[in-house]
Amino acid sequence: MRALFFRDLALALRAGGGFGLGLAFFLIVVVLVPFSVGPQSALLTQIAPGVLWLGALLACLLSLDRLLAVDWEDGALDLLATSPLPLEGILAVKAAAHWVTTGLPLVLAAPVLGVLLNLAPGGYGVLVLSLALGTPALSMIGAFGAALTVGIKRGGLLLSLLVLPLYVPTLIFGAEAARRAAQGLDPATPLLLLAGITLAVLAAMPFAAGLVLRVNLR
Amino acid sequence: MSLWEYANPVKFLALSERVMPWLWVSSAVCLVVGLIWGFFFTPDDFRQGSTVKIIYLHVPAALMAINAWFMMLVASLIWIVRRHHVSALAAKAAAPVGIVMTLIALVTGAIWGQPMWGTWWAWDPRLTSFLILFLFYLGYVALWEAIEDPDTAADLTSILCLVGTVFAVLSRYAVLFWNQGLHQGASLSLDKEENVADVFYFPLLVCIGGFVLLFLALVLYRTGTEIRVRRTRALMAREAKLA
Repeated sequence: MRALFFRDLALALRAGGGFGLGLAFFLIVVVLVPFSVGPQSALLTQIAPGVLWLGALLACLLSLDRLLAVDWEDGALDLLATSPLPLEGILAVKAAAHWVTTGLPLVLAAPVLGVLLNLAPGGYGVLVLSLALGTPALSMIGAFGAALTVGIKRGGLLLSLLVLPLYVPTLIFGAEAARRAAQGLDPATPLLLLAGITLAVLAAMPFAAGLVLRVNLR
Repeated sequence: MSLWEYANPVKFLALSERVMPWLWVSSAVCLVVGLIWGFFFTPDDFRQGSTVKIIYLHVPAALMAINAWFMMLVASLIWIVRRHHVSALAAKAAAPVGIVMTLIALVTGAIWGQPMWGTWWAWDPRLTSFLILFLFYLGYVALWEAIEDPDTAADLTSILCLVGTVFAVLSRYAVLFWNQGLHQGASLSLDKEENVADVFYFPLLVCIGGFVLLFLALVLYRTGTEIRVRRTRALMAREAKLA
């Protein structure tokens, strides 16, 4: 399992585009926001937590269709499926590797981009915390979506359609926590709910994803 | 004699063909009676004026939009557990009907909301969760359409339906947390206290009955079509093999 994790990491790092692309996408979305809504700093302060969360979510989505598709195309997924590892474990590991290459950089970059959007000073810590709590769920739900659409040619658009509604609760609680902190309110409740959703997703989703992938490998 | 006998497509088709004319006629009667009664023979509301009458479309459609998803959930479970093809096809057949019901609820709600709330749309929890339900329906139908092998499609969509149900319920309560409501509370409930006045209540019940019957008729009809499509495809495949 550890070998698979490092293999996925190495592939993402070396295959060019996987690692930095999500981050660059996040940056460009955030840069485009002031162009579309205007440069008034009061307005930007108000929408910053939501925009940062939405940008992170979209950047996460961007790399999902490569999560399984590459291994599917070259047959590595069939080999993995016949290995003694449980399919659920493989998917959890792949989601973890996806999180390290996509989610983690987004979490670390978010405060910097927060400066660009004039985020209120109190919001930085909770923004990072909420993203750190929420993005693992995004990766794991995404792994489920990737397993659903792996057999479909040009499944990327369908993947977005299937996965985005599943992201709604995470987005609501994550952005709510960041917004409350930015406005100086207590963010504990949404943070706890967010952590609860992430834990439940991490516990249950590998099984749903494994089930789906087994159907697709049949 | 058990319910599972009708998992056999031949028996299912025979039964549904016998039942369907009754369903069509009775749903038409209910809808015509309920809507005419509701539109022309009930008084205008004290505050809402005649706009209150959209309730006869809005409430039954919203009710059926949720029940259609619930029916798909049950059918998906039956497919996963007992692998009856009719069940999977019934879930597939119900989805577009559910989409239309959701749309009717959203559109009639907007038409009513414009004069009453002064806005076509508000990010109210109920409205928002219906919009999310609509997105779930779209994803479900899109997944059915995208996969060629019918058994794979049935498996994948069933699991999507189960996972989607969990997340739809979760979203329902998440949006409650996220914004305060503009939508009024329930107009109908089993304990009598909250119900609308009887003048509106009885035609509404007739309309709801009409919608339920219409939904049943449409689902049976569409399931029959799906079964025949499957059969035709099997026949064509066999002939292609012989030729």
